[in-house]
Amino acid sequence: MAPTDWSPLWISLATSVVATAITLAAGLAAAAWRERRAGPAMALVDGIFLLPLVLPPTVVGFFLLLLFGRNGPLGKLLLLAGASVVFSWPATVIAAAVVAFPLMYLTARAALEQVDTHFLEAARTLGASEWRVFREVALPLAWPGVLAGAILSFARALGEFGATLMLAGNIPGKTATIPIAIYFAVEADDIPRALEWCFMDVTISMALLGGLYYWTRAMRPGHARWTRR
Amino acid sequence: MPLEVQIVKRLRDFALDVSFVAPDAPLGVLGPSGAGKTMLLRSIAGLERPDRGRITLEGKVLFDAERHIQIPARRRRAGMLFQHYALFPHRTVAENIAFGLSHLPREERANRISELAGRTHVAGLERSYPKELSGGEQQRVALARALAIEPAMLLLDEPLAALDAHLRSQMEAQLQETFAAYRRPVLLVTHNIEEAYRLGGELLVLSRGHIAAFGDKEQIFRRPPSLEVARLTGCKNISRVRSISAGTVEALDWGCRLHVAQETPRPPAFAGIRAHHIDFAESSSAAAGEDNVFPCWLVRSSETPFRITLYLRLHQPPGPSGEYHLQAEVFKEKWQRFRDRPFPWHVRLSPDSIFLVPE
Repeated sequence: MAPTDWSPLWISLATSVVATAITLAAGLAAAAWRERRAGPAMALVDGIFLLPLVLPPTVVGFFLLLLFGRNGPLGKLLLLAGASVVFSWPATVIAAAVVAFPLMYLTARAALEQVDTHFLEAARTLGASEWRVFREVALPLAWPGVLAGAILSFARALGEFGATLMLAGNIPGKTATIPIAIYFAVEADDIPRALEWCFMDVTISMALLGGLYYWTRAMRPGHARWTRR
Repeated sequence: MPLEVQIVKRLRDFALDVSFVAPDAPLGVLGPSGAGKTMLLRSIAGLERPDRGRITLEGKVLFDAERHIQIPARRRRAGMLFQHYALFPHRTVAENIAFGLSHLPREERANRISELAGRTHVAGLERSYPKELSGGEQQRVALARALAIEPAMLLLDEPLAALDAHLRSQMEAQLQETFAAYRRPVLLVTHNIEEAYRLGGELLVLSRGHIAAFGDKEQIFRRPPSLEVARLTGCKNISRVRSISAGTVEALDWGCRLHVAQETPRPPAFAGIRAHHIDFAESSSAAAGEDNVFPCWLVRSSETPFRITLYLRLHQPPGPSGEYHLQAEVFKEKWQRFRDRPFPWHVRLSPDSIFLVPE
C-alpha cells in the first residue's frame, strides 16, 4: 500500500473554512436584509435563497458550471480578468459555499427573529443607528444561533460532493476533497483507503458536533461571557 | 413650548385619535388595557408611524404626516422606559447606562455613569449583568440609561407593572424624585388608577383610542365629566337618576332621593359616589333629620389588610340573590367600632361627595 496522501484532508478543511467564512458573511447579510422586509416578492427571494438546499447537488453544480463556464456570464467576466475557476481549488469553495448558504441563511434568520424587538427599540431610542443596533444589540443576542448556523454550514461544506465534482472535478492535490477521494477510492476498489477517509470524516464530524453542543450551552443568555467592545 | 400631540392611527378594533398638549411636568396617561396608551407612547417615541397628524416638541417637528416628516427614533431624544425594562442582557449595568453615551470620551463617560448610578441608587452594581439584579434594580438601571441621553422628554410605559408591591413603592419614590428634578414633559402610561394619581400632575384618561378626560387630576376624580371617566377612575357606585328639582335628584337604582351640591348644565343622567366617601351615621337617632341618610343591611364583605369593602343593600334586608346597591370602603379601625351594631345601619351619602354626570 502506497503511503497515504493527506492532501484531501487539507483541501477539505481549507475549502470548508473559507466557504464557511463566505457563507457566514453572506448568510448573515441576507438574513439581516430580509428580516426587515415583507411581501410577495420576498417569497421569490426566499425561494432563490433556499434553492441549493432543495435541488440535488449535481443540479446546483451543473448550474454553477453554466454560470462559471467559458460561455457563462460570470465565466466570461473572469476570463476578461485572465482567470478561470472551473476545475480549480476556488471552484470547491464556490460549490461548498453555495450549497451551505441556505443553512446559514435559515439559522441566522431564525436567530435574528428571536431577538426581542424591545431591545432593538430601546437601542434606537438611545440614539443608535441601525448599523449599531445590528452590530451591538441584535448580533450579540443572536450570536449562539448564528454560530450554530456556521457550524452546520461547515459540516455541510465538509460533506459536499455532487456540486464540487461537477464544478471542480477530481484533481488529486488540487480539488480532490475527502468525499471525492472516498468515491474514487471505492471506484478503484481501494477499500482500505476509502475506510481510512471515512474514519477521518467521522472523527471530524464528531468533533464538530461536540463543538456545537459546547457552544450552544455556553452561549445561552445569562450563562455567557458576552462579547464586549 | 411643551409637547404637542395631534395624531390619528388606525388600530385593529378602533382608531387612536388624540389631540393634547402635555405640559413640562408629569402627565399620567390612564386607561384600561388595549385603550391605545402604549401605541400613543410609541408614536411619540418614533417607534410607530401615525396615519395622520403632527407631533412637535418645544416647537420642533417630530412628525408631520402632511409634510412627510418622520424624525427617526434615534434622533428624538426620548427617554423611554419599557414595562419589562429591556436592559441589554449581554451588557453590564455600566455598559447599559453607557449605551447612549458612546459619543463621550472615556473618562467623561465613566463620570457620567457613576453620577447616573448614584442618582438612581444603583451604585455598586455597575459590573453586574441584568440577570443578576432584582426587578426594581433593573428598572432603576433602565431609568439611568434613559436619563443618560439627557432626554428631551420621558416616556414611561407601565414602569411599575412588573414589580411586586414593595419594590413598586420604592420605584415610585424613585420616579417622584426623578420627576421633581426633571422639568420637561413626562408621559407615564398606566392602567393603575392610584399610580396615575400619585405620579401624574395632570391626568389624561384614554378609552378606546379617544381622550375621555384631560386636565387636573383632583378635578377629574372629584367631578368626572362622563360615566365612562367615572368608571375608568374607579368609581364603584353609580345610579341612574332623574332630576326632581334644583339640588335634588331621584336615584332610580338606589330607590331614594338625594340632595346634591353639584350643579350640572345639562340634566344629569347618572349620580355616583366613591366607595371611600360613603360614611356611616353613629346611630339612627343621630341620623334623623340629616341629609341623604338611609337604612342599609350588609350583604357581604371583603377584606384587604387595612381596609374592608362592605356590600350594602338599602332600605331592606338582603335577599337570597345577594344583590347590593352600594360598595363602601372603610378602614378596619372604623369597621371595628360598628361591626357589632344591630341592623339596619345608616349610610350617609354626603351631598358634596356625590357627583352628577350627563348622558
